[in-house]
Amino acid sequence: MLLPVFEWCDATALGAAVRNSLWLFPVIESVHLLGLSVLGGALLVVDLRLLGVGLKKQTIAELAGQMRPWLLGAVSVMGVTGFLLFLSESIKCYYNDAFWLKIETLPVALLFSFTVRARVAGAGGLDASLRTRIVGAISIALWFTVAAAGRWIGFSG
Amino acid sequence: MILSFLEWLGSTPWSVALLESLYAWPLLESTHVLSLGLFVGTAVMNDLRLLGWTMDRVPVAEVTGRLLPWTRVGFVVMVISGLLIFYSNPVRYYQNIFFRVKVVLLIVAGLNAFVFHRGVHRRVAEWGLDALPPREARIAGAVSLVAWALIVVTGRMIAYNWFDCSLQPQPDWVNWAAGCVIQP
Repeated sequence: MLLPVFEWCDATALGAAVRNSLWLFPVIESVHLLGLSVLGGALLVVDLRLLGVGLKKQTIAELAGQMRPWLLGAVSVMGVTGFLLFLSESIKCYYNDAFWLKIETLPVALLFSFTVRARVAGAGGLDASLRTRIVGAISIALWFTVAAAGRWIGFSG
Repeated sequence: MILSFLEWLGSTPWSVALLESLYAWPLLESTHVLSLGLFVGTAVMNDLRLLGWTMDRVPVAEVTGRLLPWTRVGFVVMVISGLLIFYSNPVRYYQNIFFRVKVVLLIVAGLNAFVFHRGVHRRVAEWGLDALPPREARIAGAVSLVAWALIVVTGRMIAYNWFDCSLQPQPDWVNWAAGCVIQP
């Protein structure tokens, strides 16, 4: 049912341009990796704090507020570059189990980050509670799954 | 001489097994790449503080004191996984131009951190509460960001075989830069 959509993506001029260029894919993927680095930092500063470690003298809310623009920026960069990478090999992704794990976990991670986590962190004070620890742990688990599945796309069929 | 040592290293049973493994090598490399999030991620946040671009109401001493320990954990993981990856195919990496540039950049990043910690950071009690740190600290942060960004990129590019010694003929500059041994 989705195959025609993926076939259409694979046939776009943009996808073909990335696929046929010697350097476009590496450049786009490098930016994707740099985005991953910033995303990791922006997430971890808050998630570690939610878990009760890291910058313990600052309130969770303050750190979450400071990291928010970097989180949004990194997610945007990764979204755009990820989409371009996908366009260049859509059919390969369609038949790739790791791709599906990533693409199904990513919306969950995004939703969780910008609803539950945002609310809990936004109200977070100096103390980590059971609730903040659970939220921090879930955040790390979700984003780790997205990243690991993403890396595994390249290693599986 | 280095080359013959590395050729021997690459012929050891564990090296061969690692390179030919179905899952061990991919899992090792995945660890290296995913740990970027922890290592480079926390380092980036530290550097952004040094530039005064984030958390500017948090004292610098607290950022370096409470965030850098996590950076160090990430660094250990990166070094161990990186050395093992190198061990899986020593000759190829040794003769890879991207890898060589990456090593030089790693040295630059290390020196930058060393100079910062021995220099302006020693006086952090004087300036650590400022939203905008002194010039030397900002330069250290900027150099660090650029160095690690280039390290990530060159690291990714290692996988490309564009300048591989085994794919002759290569331009003279490639053969020189990669240390290719050309059979007459």
